[in-house]
Formats: sequence, structure tokens, C-alpha cells
Amino acid sequence: NAVMAAQMTDAHRRFLQVLMSNGITEGSEARKLHQHCCETDKVYYAQDKLDDFISTINSHLQPLFMQIRKGLSEDDGTAHYAVVNLAETEVTKMASDYTEIELELFRKTMDLIIVSENGFASSTDILNLADQLKTKKMKKKEAEQVLKGFVEDKWLSEKNGEYTLHTRCIIEMEQYILSNYQDVARKCNICHSLAIQSQVCESCGIGMHLPCVRKYFRGQTERRCPKCNEFWSCDTP
Amino acid sequence: MSQRKRSKGLGSSQLTGGEDDFIPTQVERRSQDQVNQKVSELVQFLLVKDQKKIPIKRADMLKNIIREYRDAYSEIVKRADRTLQAVFGLQLVEIDTKRHIYILINNLPRPEGQHLCRDKEKEKMGLLLVILSFIFMKGNSVKDSALWEFLHLLRVYPGKQHSVFGDVRKLVTEEFVRQKYLETTAIPLTDPPEFKYQWGPRAEKETSKKDVLNFVAKMQSKDPTFWASQYSEAEANKATT
Repeated sequence: NAVMAAQMTDAHRRFLQVLMSNGITEGSEARKLHQHCCETDKVYYAQDKLDDFISTINSHLQPLFMQIRKGLSEDDGTAHYAVVNLAETEVTKMASDYTEIELELFRKTMDLIIVSENGFASSTDILNLADQLKTKKMKKKEAEQVLKGFVEDKWLSEKNGEYTLHTRCIIEMEQYILSNYQDVARKCNICHSLAIQSQVCESCGIGMHLPCVRKYFRGQTERRCPKCNEFWSCDTP
Repeated sequence: MSQRKRSKGLGSSQLTGGEDDFIPTQVERRSQDQVNQKVSELVQFLLVKDQKKIPIKRADMLKNIIREYRDAYSEIVKRADRTLQAVFGLQLVEIDTKRHIYILINNLPRPEGQHLCRDKEKEKMGLLLVILSFIFMKGNSVKDSALWEFLHLLRVYPGKQHSVFGDVRKLVTEEFVRQKYLETTAIPLTDPPEFKYQWGPRAEKETSKKDVLNFVAKMQSKDPTFWASQYSEAEANKATT
């Protein structure tokens, strides 16, 4: 790399510590944190240069196979930041927080979610899985508690009794999912990132994130699939 | 921080001379890349353990990460520590030199009013700070009965679920002790058995008597010198760290 990496200051370190302990940090929060850290550690605050600030940290995280990664929420397209481990070969981030059996439930839930049409798995289906775990059978009551824990820790998010992967989970496990679910995992036709929740074209089968669909069809009178040009049948709330 | 004299490592050829004979290319021939890899892995390992504030045993580091690179143990640990400081503002500190147990402490300067607050568990740290203050102001050691009596005043009861802290008894007697913020020792010849509480090694490293005294002074709108003996102890303590 011909470019010399900027120096890490205490402001960078403080920012990184907070990001790591948050798990996932929303965009506006990250911007406020950037300012707070620069002021606290008396480092020059370059307003609106959060990405540069993060690049500096990332250049030092790179040899450790770690990275501050930005991901967009599948619900509303807002930016979120998480510190990810690039060398992960499985759900090792969660490994320290959960038991074997809880991890197995999570993996099976993730299977259900990724394979599903709309990116959601019903709580009924997940609780049925609990019965079939290899490690040890899990009672429904216990499984409900474990699911609640996954939601609290932002690995899953819940909507009307159905569960999908939280933005945090997607940012942290995108690589893992894309490589381990190669044939099943969908990529958004617009932004090319992993799409767990997506709208799918009935004719050609391509998928798009909801926020990406909204952006794509904005100002267009006719809603047509970007690939096959057939009418886009899904509603966009 | 004192430099610990490091022995050559458990995997030294003194143990089983035969080992090296079978794999003649190891030991000295560690490529920089391989050592770098181990440093990265150790940094990750330490970060994960530290996330739960679990003290790290040297034996665990050796078994899980260092493995066959035992001969490079010191170098790997030293570089991991340097990386942690340079990138994360964390420092690897040995809190038990006999059993070789380590913790990561926060190296970053602590701004006013942000004691011990590295993570989002602000409320727990708030309670801890209050407990540490009580212990210090009472002469660095308190009986468990005195501690609970004090917490009663704050409407925190050992038998009752607290709306924020949950099972407070567990938090104080187990979690804070496990994380090495508090140290508890049985008082001999007491029946039923009584315990005393003191600051744990993590508290010693992550905060100071001076910080704690300033906190108490602020809460009571008094000057820290109001407590003469604690003030001189705090000043003396600052001089030695």
C-alpha cells in the first residue's frame, strides 16, 4: 500500500471500544460518538468525515482480520456499524455467549430464515426445531427464553411472532452466510449485498431489498423488474 | 508495571529431548507470518474473553492459541499486548503472578464522571462505584453485613429482585467477584460464617482511590480534604501507581 495509514489516536481507540461493546451502532449514534471521542481526547474533529476516521481504524484492524463494517438495515435502509471478524469460519462471535445447544438452535433457525421465501421463520416452526436438536432436546419454554435472548442481543429481530436476522447478524455474518449458503442465499439485484428479507420477481426470481426497491422505483410511473422487465407484482409499503 | 521474568516456556527442549528430534524444522524456524498469525489469534482470544471480563489463565492461552509455538510464547504475548494498546487502548495485566492470571484493563484516560465505564452496563458500574467508595471510606475492608446494611439505604436488598440489577446478591457476591472487581474472604472463627469485602485487583487497576474519593466528595458537595485520612491515603496511593 503506497498510502501511509494515518495514526491511531486515543479518540480512535475510544470509538473502537464503544463500537465493540455496543455490538451494533446506528449511523447517527456513530457520528455523535465520533464527535464525542474527538472532543474527549482533544483530537481534531473533522465533521462529516466519519468514513475517513473509520478507515484509519480499519487500516490498523486489517492485520488482525477485523474490520468496522457498515451495513444497511433491510427495514429502512439506515446505516449501521459493527466490528466484524473476517477470519471467522463459523458463528464464533456468538460462541462465547451461548452454549452448544443454544448455538445449534441458532444455526437451525438461521437455516429456516435463509431458506424461506420472505426471510422470516415463525416461532412455531422454530420451537418445533427445539425438539429435534442433536445435542440435547430443548423444551419449548426454554427455547422461548433462548429466542428472547437472541433478540435482546440483536442476533434476531422479531415482528408479529416471526423472526428474521437482525442487521447486526447480517453485517457480522454476511461472509459466512454467503459462503455456507451459496445456492440458497439471495443477493439483492440492486446493491449486490446479502438479502435476507427481500421482494422477489415472480417471473425471473431475482430479489431486492425493500429499501432498494423503494429507491429504484422512486419517480417511476411503471414498476418493472430491472432484469426481465415484467411488471413488479409486490407492493411496496 | 513490573516486568515478570519469563522462563523459557513449557515447551522447552529440557522437558522431552526427544520431541525436537522428531520435528527438526520447528522451534527456531518460525516464519514471521506464522508468528504474526498467532499474535492476531491471541489478540482475538483475549478480546473475546475480556468481553465477559473473565480473567485469562496462561494455561488457556497456551492450550487454545499458542499450542506448538510455545517457544515463541513470550514474543507472541508481548506483541499481542503492544497491539492491544496501540489499536484498542487496552492493556494486558497480570493480576496473579503465582497462578499466571491476566486481565485486560482500559488504558484510555478517563474523563470526569466516567469511572469504570467501558461498556453499556452503566448502571452496574454505578452500583460498583458506590460499593468501592463505601469500602474505601470505611478503611478498605467491610463486613458483608455492613455492606448490605449500607445498600439497604439505597433500597437495594439481597433477597429482593431489583428492577435494574436483578439478583443483586448474585451480582455482588458472584459477578463482581468473578470479574475481580471485588474480593471476598471468609472471616475466620465466625459462625454463621461471615465474609469481608475489599477491592479486587481489577478495581485497583481500573480506578484509583483518588478518583473514588473525588466521587464521594462530589456526591456530598464537600472538598476531598474533608476526609483527612482518606485524602492522604489517596494521595500516597497515586504516588505509587
